[in-house]
Amino acid sequence: MDQKGYRRGSFQSATSDEDMLEIAGASMDFSMADDDPPLDREMGGFPTYNGGGMNGTSTMMDFLEEPLPGVGTYEDFNTIDWVREKSRDRDRHREITNRSKESTWALLHSVSDAFSGWLLMLLIGLLAGSLAGLIDISAHWMTDLKEGVCLAGFWFNHEHCCWKSNTTFTGRDKCPEWKSWSQLILGHGEGAFAYILNYFMYVIWALMFSLLAVLLVKSFAPYACGSGIPEIKTILSGFIIRGYLGKWTLVIKTITLVLAVSSGLSLGKEGPLVHVACCCGNILCHLFTKYRKNEAKRREVLSAAAAAGVSVAFGAPIGGVLFSLEEVSYYFPLKTLWRSFFAALVAAFTLRSINPFGNSRLVLFYVEFHMPWHLLELVPFILLGIFGGLWGAFFIRSNIAWCRRRKTTRLGKYPVLEVFVVTAITAILAFPNEYTRMSTSELISELFNDCGILDSSQLCEYVNDFNSTKGDDLPDRAAGPGVYTAMWQLALALIMKVFITIFTFGMKVPSGLFIPSMAVGAIAGRLLGVAVEQLAFYHHDWPIFSGWCSQGADCITPGLYAMVGAAACLGGVTRMTVSLVVIMFELTGGLEYIVPLMAAAMTSKWVADAIGREGIYDAHIRLNGYPFLEAKEEFSHKTRAMDVMRPRKNDPPLTVITQDSMTVEDVETIVTKTTYSGYPVVVSRASQRLVGFVLRRDLIISIENARKKQDGIVSTSVICFTDYCPPLPPSSPSVLKLRSILDLSPFTVTDETPMEIVVDIFRKLGLRQCLVTHNGKLLGIITKKDVLKHIAQMANQDPNSILFN
Amino acid sequence: VLFSQAPRMFAQSSRNPASPVLLLVLLGCVLCPPAQASKSSEDIRCKCICPPYRNISGHIYNKNVSQKDCNCLHVVEPMPVPGNDVEAYCLLCECKYEERSTTTIKVIIIIYLSVVGALLLYMAFLVLVDPLIRKTDPYTQPLHNEEDSEDTRSLAAMPAPAGARANTVLERVEGAQQRWKRQVQEQRKTVFDRHKMLS
Repeated sequence: MDQKGYRRGSFQSATSDEDMLEIAGASMDFSMADDDPPLDREMGGFPTYNGGGMNGTSTMMDFLEEPLPGVGTYEDFNTIDWVREKSRDRDRHREITNRSKESTWALLHSVSDAFSGWLLMLLIGLLAGSLAGLIDISAHWMTDLKEGVCLAGFWFNHEHCCWKSNTTFTGRDKCPEWKSWSQLILGHGEGAFAYILNYFMYVIWALMFSLLAVLLVKSFAPYACGSGIPEIKTILSGFIIRGYLGKWTLVIKTITLVLAVSSGLSLGKEGPLVHVACCCGNILCHLFTKYRKNEAKRREVLSAAAAAGVSVAFGAPIGGVLFSLEEVSYYFPLKTLWRSFFAALVAAFTLRSINPFGNSRLVLFYVEFHMPWHLLELVPFILLGIFGGLWGAFFIRSNIAWCRRRKTTRLGKYPVLEVFVVTAITAILAFPNEYTRMSTSELISELFNDCGILDSSQLCEYVNDFNSTKGDDLPDRAAGPGVYTAMWQLALALIMKVFITIFTFGMKVPSGLFIPSMAVGAIAGRLLGVAVEQLAFYHHDWPIFSGWCSQGADCITPGLYAMVGAAACLGGVTRMTVSLVVIMFELTGGLEYIVPLMAAAMTSKWVADAIGREGIYDAHIRLNGYPFLEAKEEFSHKTRAMDVMRPRKNDPPLTVITQDSMTVEDVETIVTKTTYSGYPVVVSRASQRLVGFVLRRDLIISIENARKKQDGIVSTSVICFTDYCPPLPPSSPSVLKLRSILDLSPFTVTDETPMEIVVDIFRKLGLRQCLVTHNGKLLGIITKKDVLKHIAQMANQDPNSILFN
Repeated sequence: VLFSQAPRMFAQSSRNPASPVLLLVLLGCVLCPPAQASKSSEDIRCKCICPPYRNISGHIYNKNVSQKDCNCLHVVEPMPVPGNDVEAYCLLCECKYEERSTTTIKVIIIIYLSVVGALLLYMAFLVLVDPLIRKTDPYTQPLHNEEDSEDTRSLAAMPAPAGARANTVLERVEGAQQRWKRQVQEQRKTVFDRHKMLS
């Protein structure tokens, strides 16, 4: 179906997501906002509008064949009409199927239309995987750039620099090609002055990276800051934010994400990777007509793209799909499930072929041990779950308080300075402690690692008894001095990370939350694990240990405790359930640890839910006032539709348009005087019987177009919304027929309908507004914003915090 | 210069039917280097780490062998223990096969640095050079709304080329850039000034 009206020449497409309307907030005046194409441009072959003198019935096909450019599109910061989008897609599909019987070309067209979804998923997977590979390799390199440089080729990071050289057993990390900054500048790496110089260079690099990141964000794409997941959740529920998933946002987010991660700030890259993947999805949608023109289909693609994003972040395709299903998507049709899985697999496979970590692993902290655990260890695991829940609730409260302060006070006026100060504090505090100096991913990797004979890190400095070692299986051993040093260093690192993340998440650089929470949990878990291990070693004759942990056996694995702690903290913050467990078990590659992970995740969710109901993303949605109708909560109050509808008792009556007795001038007056996004159409003011509903944007565009293009349409022309308009005396100007823009099936409820049902209708159908009738006559209207305000009021929150329309 | 044209190309390409082709070409360029990276001999290795054993100190052995030969017997040379102890010694050693692609790393880092450099240059251009150019040109004042651009087109009085397009390529590019700048300004106001989004 060739919609000529949408062909573009030199001016911008009204349906392109990169172009933005002027954000006036509500009203749109008659001097057309620059997003709508000026209608006086030449458009060769544009069919005349089906109005004027013709009295034919306008069928649905006419509506589809000759739409005006702009009719059926949405303003920025508005909600889409899910019902309309879905029915348009069904009509389009029906037409293609009907036409496919006519000719071979049409048959091919229908086959390619069905196939286009899969091709799109393939492309999204490829692009998301490649970008993730680029981000991983660049971030790895730039993180090491703070410490030194490789003389064999400046593009190598520390690990790759030392790949080729022959290292000794005791000095496994050192090689002559890698020079720290003090070695480069001073010639030697020892001594107090060298340490101070290293410190200084570290801080300088960190500041440079973060300043560059925030300046790039501010100059080119202000939408690229933050995590992105709250806004993507809102977009997927039907909200339009033009430019949020555009090309510039994609480029800037990718670049500045690497910079932000490399600067040593306490943030991760998983949340922003979801945003990057959704940008890829949105941009690639423009290649296919089916998805470009239909907002509902596009959101299906975005759900799949979000799955691909998480899949490359964690190397967990199934976890990615479940994350998209549980956290990010609003409507998740079954067809999307299979396609999301496909996109996630393609993305993971692309990333694996780029091989950023040199060992065919997709994530730095892949775990490869398979030690068994004992049922009694569930007690410390549940303790970790409680810790995770407590920390999650604490983090959400303090982060929201800090972000609210940034939003409302003068703190928000200095974003660049804020980033500078936070980076400076983080870098200065991080350098002295070995565990905060390394990148957070490396820290998690080291904490997850089970100590073998060959590990040389401080954390694995146990007292070894070589005569009794049999092969690779090490028993529980007493902790050496290295372990004790590592313990208190880790405790300090824990405190620092707990507090600095509160101020970091939400800054004006791309920031994710998964890695810092996992780090906090991993540190807590490892501390507890080592404590339990030492307890079992020194008191192996206690009754709780004697049954299963005799001397010389390897029973406690501190690495497992770190993993469980990481899962608990992540669950406490995000309140993920199934997706968290699946992501963690895909990280470990084995089913042995599902029970501990589930126990910890469940405990942490229960504890955190007892303290505060919302996860971090929902809390940010509420903080920003996005019009997101929560699908998981039950509405349990006994109010009725008449309590919520507008107009209320003392308000002026509902603004309606009559079906055939208003002139163009009257309608224009109404549209300019009021700011509603749609108007009900009734038979007459006296009877108030409902005919349909017309949207403001469609009305404005149609009237503008009619004035310019049709003969005889003047201010006194009558507008007629019916098929058969009433006959007028011959001297009166011609009638403007606007039946094609009228929605003839608006949803109505009676005024006695309980609000539970009304909220359910809004959620399940994705409505924007719902008309309220009484005894068959139109009484009022309930919009989605009214519903949200009502829910907020019932929950004793501030109803005025719902900002958007 | 290519990269400073790129943003304009981006802004314009949303209505250019060649934009899908452009995107696919870009995709190909991003994917080709890793896919075609040939494995040079210095990019694979088998690494065996052997801990201290009795009175022999620990040692690390690297050798360039294929994956099937990556075990203690092939890699550890010269064997520090006599024949009957080899098995016990090899049980302690851990051998891992690793491969990497230096070409991929080099290409990606260079791509990344060049994009960052281009963005920096463009940012410097926008902040420093652009206001100076705009001030001296009376026909292209800093535009604030759409009507001005139509006025400038009528004022400029360029001879319309065939095809009834009243604006040349340069002016279309200018218009696109102005529109993009306006969008970024709106975004900046929403996020940074009014704090309406993204806290």
